[in-house]
Amino acid sequence: MASTLSTSEATRLAPAARGLKERGKKRPGPYPYWFYFLPAIIYVVLFIVPTIASFYFSFTRWDLFTSTWIGLDNYKAFFQEQALITGLGNTLIYAVITSGLKVVLGMALALLLTSKIIARGYLRSVIFFPVLVSTIGVGLTFTVLMDPEDGLINKALAVVGITGPGWLTNPDLALFSVALVDVWKGVGLATVIYIAGLVSIPQEYYEAAEVDGAGRWKVFRNIMLPLARPATATVITLSLIGGLRSFDLIWAMTKGGPGFASDVIASVIYKQYQAGFYGLSTAGSVVLFLVVTIIVVPLTVWLNRGEES
Amino acid sequence: MKNTRGVVIGVAAIVFTAIFFVVPFLFIFLIASKDITESAALEFSWPQNFVLLDNLRQALAARDYLMVIAFINSVILTVASVAGLVILSAMVAYIWQRRASRWSPVVNMLVLAGLIVPPAVVPTIWVLQSLGLFRTMPGLILIEIAYGLPFCVLLFRAFMTTVPRELDEAAVVDGAGSVQIFFRVIFPVLRSVIMTVIILQVVFVYNDFQNPLYFLPGTENATVQLTLLNFQSQFLTQYHLLFGTILLVTIPPLIMFIFFNRKIVEGMAAGSVKG
Repeated sequence: MASTLSTSEATRLAPAARGLKERGKKRPGPYPYWFYFLPAIIYVVLFIVPTIASFYFSFTRWDLFTSTWIGLDNYKAFFQEQALITGLGNTLIYAVITSGLKVVLGMALALLLTSKIIARGYLRSVIFFPVLVSTIGVGLTFTVLMDPEDGLINKALAVVGITGPGWLTNPDLALFSVALVDVWKGVGLATVIYIAGLVSIPQEYYEAAEVDGAGRWKVFRNIMLPLARPATATVITLSLIGGLRSFDLIWAMTKGGPGFASDVIASVIYKQYQAGFYGLSTAGSVVLFLVVTIIVVPLTVWLNRGEES
Repeated sequence: MKNTRGVVIGVAAIVFTAIFFVVPFLFIFLIASKDITESAALEFSWPQNFVLLDNLRQALAARDYLMVIAFINSVILTVASVAGLVILSAMVAYIWQRRASRWSPVVNMLVLAGLIVPPAVVPTIWVLQSLGLFRTMPGLILIEIAYGLPFCVLLFRAFMTTVPRELDEAAVVDGAGSVQIFFRVIFPVLRSVIMTVIILQVVFVYNDFQNPLYFLPGTENATVQLTLLNFQSQFLTQYHLLFGTILLVTIPPLIMFIFFNRKIVEGMAAGSVKG
């Protein structure tokens, strides 16, 4: 690593020196900064500015044109109303369940698809395809499949003598049902990330393990799991970010219902926006920003540090 | 011995995926092929009266061809934002990778922030409003570009490290200007990663629901995903048309997948690891 860095540093210095000479002749170097200009303008104006402005507007009563400073009132409302607290808790539950299941199932499916079985290409395609399909389409389809009486899932369960629950109508269950569909749709991505990780493990490790007479479980526990750690870090980070921000699927399936049993921060933000409470909605955005950063940033640092040691 | 094991597990996996992954898609297809009375039963069975094409035609014609308009809107949105994304993120990655300077850590921080931080929606509407871009297609296109930049820049940057500097230096010696070097020399070399970025972003932008919902509301502007959700209440008792619409919306990603399967899987795996 150090040697490649120094050579690239050396090649970088050569054109830089040349650039200095050319600047004297008023000729721009081949890497002009103005290439940054247009993308930077778009990115700063439409992403950075709103993000910074959100902190101010979250302390105001706001109708997009005039804003009145009301201090912490929006945050008080956010943490006092039961519906909004439920949303906060649900966001965490949803993110943990979806990323946990994606790690476990993604790893299991990747192990299956890298072993010597038939139809691997077909299996990988079938598992991956839902990743590409519209979330709304998936949500509407599963809403119908999960219907307590007419839905295919409960009809199938009835055949084997099980009375299926009201997947989306039972307030205690709705969030978990949506999370399951999220896993169904997203596990394909986790699987291909794990496959890439497992395939990159050098063959010698397995051969050495075989010589040592290590069993299947030992190979998994002591070779595959630690060496696939970057893949695990990626899957966890990606699905946590996705899970904490998730909106589309919940909106397509339950709209946060029944009642507000499956509301998450993102759906609360949308509902408050629709109701015209722009300040409160923005406070929701700030809460989501804080939740995502507080969880994801330290986790990324921790996961990557472990990778080096 | 080993082979029979592979066959047994393989067959078990095929049955498992058939139940969990194929049945839902087959269900969409079957309901979309039934007539209105038969579809209401929501049975997983072959239609007695196979009227798929008729249903698709009806779904497209519903509410004065709203779905056709939505497809046109989605195509405009997708083509324009992906074209912008490809050019702009390649430019950023090019300078970022080639010219180390005090700006590089700034770019690095902005890219990482963009991958993690969820956008603040209402303040974004406020900015768009004051620029006269709220509820306009150009406004939404710029939003898609802004949100897609970090991911695309990372993909381009990773590839740019494999493009030898001698290439640019030779072009400088030949007296080419910086714009010429980028578009005539660098851009063509990036062809393979450009394909990856195009394919992935087409899928992302086409499937995007949240941004059109916030930044381009209104029926005449609606994209495919918004129209699909609106049809849910519209077609409450007409499952054949609802599933016909779902099928129509699923066809573009299916075509992409059939043609670019390998590229999509590789790109997503690589892009996520880099992110």
